[in-house]
Amino acid sequence: MRYYLKTLAFMCLALIGLCSQVSFSQEQNFAQTLTFDQITEQLITAKQTKQKTLLIEQLAAIDDERKQLLLEDLQQGSFYYRKEDKRPVYITREESGYALTDVLSGEAYGVVKKTTVRKVSINNTLRKQLRTVLAWVSLSDEDVDIRLGAATELLKSPDSANIELIKSVLAEEKNPAVKVVLQQTLAVIYLASEVESERLVAIADLEEIQNKEVMQILANMLEQNEAGEFSEPSEKVRAAAESALNGMRSEEKFYSVVENLFFGLSLGSVLLLAAVGLAITFGVMGVINMAHGEMIMLGAYTTYVIQILMPNYIEMSLLIAIPAAFLVSGMFGIIIERTVIRHLYGRPLETLLATFGISLVLQQMVRSVFSPLNKTVITPEWMSGSMQINGFLSLTNNRFYIIIFSLIVLLGLIFLLKKTFIGLQMRAVTQNRAMANSMGIRSNWVDALTFGLGSGIAGIAGVALSQLTNVGPNLGQAYIIDSFMVVVFGGVGNLFGTFFAAMSLGVANKFIEPMAGAVLGKIIVLVFIILFIQWRPRGLFALKGRFVED
Amino acid sequence: MTVSHINDDAILYVNGVSKSFDGFKALNNLSLILNKGEMRAIIGPNGAGKTTMMDVITGKLRPDTGEVIFGDNIDLTKYDEAEIANLGIGRKFQKPTVIESLTLFENLELAIAGHRSVFQALFHKLSGEQTDRIDEVLDLVALPTRRNELAGALSHGQKQWLEIGMLLVQNPELLLVDEPAAGMTDAETETTAELLKSITGKHSVVVVEHDMDFIKALDTTVSVLHEGSTLAEGRLEDVQNNERVIEVYLGR
Amino acid sequence: MTNTAFNPRSLLASDVGGRRLLMVLLAIAIFVPILNLAVPESSVFHVSTYTVSLVGKYLCLALLALAVDLIWGYCGILSLGHGAFFALGGYAMGMYLMRQIGDRGVYGNPELPDFMVFLNWQELPWYWSGFESFGFAMLMVLLVPGILAFIFGLLAFRSRVTGVYFSIISQALTYALLLAFFRNDMGFGGNNGLTDFKDILGFSLQSDATRATLFSLTAIALLLSYLLCRWIVDTKLGRVLIAIRDAESRTRFTGYKVEYFKVFVFVLSAMIAGVAGALYVPQVGIINPGEFSPLNSIEIVVWVAIGGRGTLYGAVLGALLVNYAKTYFTGAMPEVWLFMLGGLFVISTIYLPKGVVGVFQKFKSKVAVEPDDPSIQSKEAAS
Repeated sequence: MRYYLKTLAFMCLALIGLCSQVSFSQEQNFAQTLTFDQITEQLITAKQTKQKTLLIEQLAAIDDERKQLLLEDLQQGSFYYRKEDKRPVYITREESGYALTDVLSGEAYGVVKKTTVRKVSINNTLRKQLRTVLAWVSLSDEDVDIRLGAATELLKSPDSANIELIKSVLAEEKNPAVKVVLQQTLAVIYLASEVESERLVAIADLEEIQNKEVMQILANMLEQNEAGEFSEPSEKVRAAAESALNGMRSEEKFYSVVENLFFGLSLGSVLLLAAVGLAITFGVMGVINMAHGEMIMLGAYTTYVIQILMPNYIEMSLLIAIPAAFLVSGMFGIIIERTVIRHLYGRPLETLLATFGISLVLQQMVRSVFSPLNKTVITPEWMSGSMQINGFLSLTNNRFYIIIFSLIVLLGLIFLLKKTFIGLQMRAVTQNRAMANSMGIRSNWVDALTFGLGSGIAGIAGVALSQLTNVGPNLGQAYIIDSFMVVVFGGVGNLFGTFFAAMSLGVANKFIEPMAGAVLGKIIVLVFIILFIQWRPRGLFALKGRFVED
Repeated sequence: MTVSHINDDAILYVNGVSKSFDGFKALNNLSLILNKGEMRAIIGPNGAGKTTMMDVITGKLRPDTGEVIFGDNIDLTKYDEAEIANLGIGRKFQKPTVIESLTLFENLELAIAGHRSVFQALFHKLSGEQTDRIDEVLDLVALPTRRNELAGALSHGQKQWLEIGMLLVQNPELLLVDEPAAGMTDAETETTAELLKSITGKHSVVVVEHDMDFIKALDTTVSVLHEGSTLAEGRLEDVQNNERVIEVYLGR
Repeated sequence: MTNTAFNPRSLLASDVGGRRLLMVLLAIAIFVPILNLAVPESSVFHVSTYTVSLVGKYLCLALLALAVDLIWGYCGILSLGHGAFFALGGYAMGMYLMRQIGDRGVYGNPELPDFMVFLNWQELPWYWSGFESFGFAMLMVLLVPGILAFIFGLLAFRSRVTGVYFSIISQALTYALLLAFFRNDMGFGGNNGLTDFKDILGFSLQSDATRATLFSLTAIALLLSYLLCRWIVDTKLGRVLIAIRDAESRTRFTGYKVEYFKVFVFVLSAMIAGVAGALYVPQVGIINPGEFSPLNSIEIVVWVAIGGRGTLYGAVLGALLVNYAKTYFTGAMPEVWLFMLGGLFVISTIYLPKGVVGVFQKFKSKVAVEPDDPSIQSKEAAS
């Protein structure tokens, strides 16, 4: 189907080309369809430019993998034939002569003397034609990236000769990104037109496109030279350009806010992922776990190990790493709870110190096992790249997925706590341990499980973070203070508060950053939280009531 | 209840106080008047607002609405706990709270009326009079032999007494005593009741208690709190026969 | 039972550990310089300059531990940001030492420190003025940590930020300062901090005599600070602090403005930490933002916990022990050190709630036939 459309498109292109170019032989064009081999053979023998023009057109229309190479070599002047048997070859220039490759079979013939081969000559008319044809070939490639690259090439050197080509390709093109570039190219070509009305139309077209390059083009039109002359002579066109530009400026402003918001939310999601496990251990159990950051780090290293174990399934590695990291960090959490924290319930400051000690041990453990150097975790294909929403806004895939992922984790956690039996037990134990015990809940077991859950979630956060930052022994330390800030800011024991705090801190950070710089922005946020805690010592959404005691 | 008998002798005047937590009305238009030298027992089921009332009077909580006046015209809602303590209101907690790693003597030394500022504390020296007073109170709370022991070594009941002793050396006009008999033997309970009765008159006392025998031993006016407001007030026998009180305690 | 006068003899009447500590401090303050300077290097009694500097460094850290024990051991305030006050004191001293370099820097600019010349700064920032004077710099060593502690403490304690909440925001404070001091535009040398010092009050920092003097000064500063802290905890104020630690609301309802007491002791502690930092910098020759790192602050707490909190001399002992172990292990087996430090955190909190000092006391009370609780004995002696 695709091939059919392509052929059709080329037919149109050919027709247009025929009309615009001079004379040709009708019989040759329509009578027969030549094969690749035949075209190659005839190119060698053809003497007239006219003949070659037609052959090139035919070449472009046939479906043969070898054609692009031939067109390129012809354009670069490395398409030769052997004098002795007129065998078509490509040459690569070597010191001792030319290395030959057979055009038809791809067979290498080794290096020969320059005199044994002759070049298939082309002239400027052909060169121009070849460039267009090559652009077209690329523009109708199956691969979007190649099409996009070809279109971008065209945009770099806008040429009125390409108008018809672009129009025909545009009619077929489905991909919005490629389409925009083509439309823009077209508009830029028209903008150079002598005719005022065409320029006006071009501006109208450009107004549809909206991106930074277009803005630059429009801004250039409004510039004055030293003599006070505008680069665009017509006042009418200038007025149109100016209004288009102003419109785009406000759009740009709007989308830059949207983009900041997106960055802020994605940073907020990272914070949320890092903090939500802490919200369980600190918020629900009241345990200060300074080794929480190391639970995140273990999750990230789990991702790394999974990728090492299954190098052929990188695309799937993250999906496997999520449950694996949950288990690894969760197991560590349970071990820590059973061996250390269990002895320290009701002594929060001691818990803080002991868990900090554990964090040091875990860091050193990772350093000893994996070396102190950062490890590279591969980003799967589907996580990389970005979505071009419009000319001013493109959202990177990894950030987008992390926002979604953090919400899934949060909702899953809320579901677990509110709707499942184990969640009910966890809440029962945290609210009234003695009563829960007497109802047959094994509170020890629930404690261990709750702590394991919080740690496991931290492990999942580690999987996500492995996609954003370096995976190293200090990964956890970078997030521990932020995580505590989020939980304290949101109000201890309140998952919604944690969500709100993470998102608002993330967004605030990203909006302060452009004004103050990243580091100062972070300092401002920290100072803000320190001051905020003075105002509301129990956070934004603190649990109130007479049962809340010091 | 309506405020019907404001007189010049009132030391504590609580009028129309409400306080709610997340929609739960811990105090609902509570009013209470206490005269100088009077002892008042407060009873009520769990969650009736007894402790919240104490919190509001001593400045731990701010009421949502209503007024709390101490003495002639001191608006207690404007002061914090320490200031209110220095105005002459002492409070004993439900759970006995003494400074466990200080000796009994040192506990009382901290509580004894006098200067409270940082620099005064730095250069403070007890007068002979104050030392005598501390020893006198130690006798009163029946702990003279343990003067130099750590408070942490005391039994639950002894801690209650030490805390009451701390209130006494603080010499407040008004004492708020939350469940003083909890965890005490019958004999201890009786002694505590006697102790409280003996200081009434010189001080005004509000006692919150669950133990009806203890209330009976106090032999004083009783206010019954229910759902954050006063349900009934009067002699214990009258209150016990009040139908609404019976309903609250036995019904539901 | 109360000591209102600052009388070392009566102060230490019941403080056996403190007495021993002070005697040792006095002895090393006098003899270490003599053994370093007067005894020839060939003699077995010679103390090398390296050792002098190393022990001098330990003594600074012990002073810092003392400051932390004053607030944590006696008032229950667990500050995880005390390294910040230490570092600020250190920077104040560092700024004085930088100004002393004059035109002997690499760029030879008489006015600007090297790093400012490197950053193309034209003039000294306003906050550097005055630091050419030793007296002013020493005032700042006390005032900068003191004022920061006053503002931070007043805000936090008035809003009743207590327990772990206070710990967490104090950690955030030092973290924020860490980030700030890493910035080049702050004007404190950024990443590299302040270094390449030449001399102090005209005495070369490279000379053995200066180093020995600094050592003695540090030992004496520790001795005096110990006496000051011991005096404070023995007054009624000290008992108010203990009351706050054990039963904060009881203290409040007894009529004490808890926040003022906390601010007082917090500011005092911050100033002692500042002095420790100021003594540390000329002996190690550098101050950089790393001193603000939350890890440093939390390590101090471990020294105190391991030594035994709430005893003052335990804090000093803990700081010396842990730092000696750190020097030894980071040299001999660097891989093991963090395992050890981490293990110490865990073990000291679970098994040694009273630290090394507590173990000694237990041992002594077992050896002694007296069945009495040792803590009561000491209290009786005090009263």
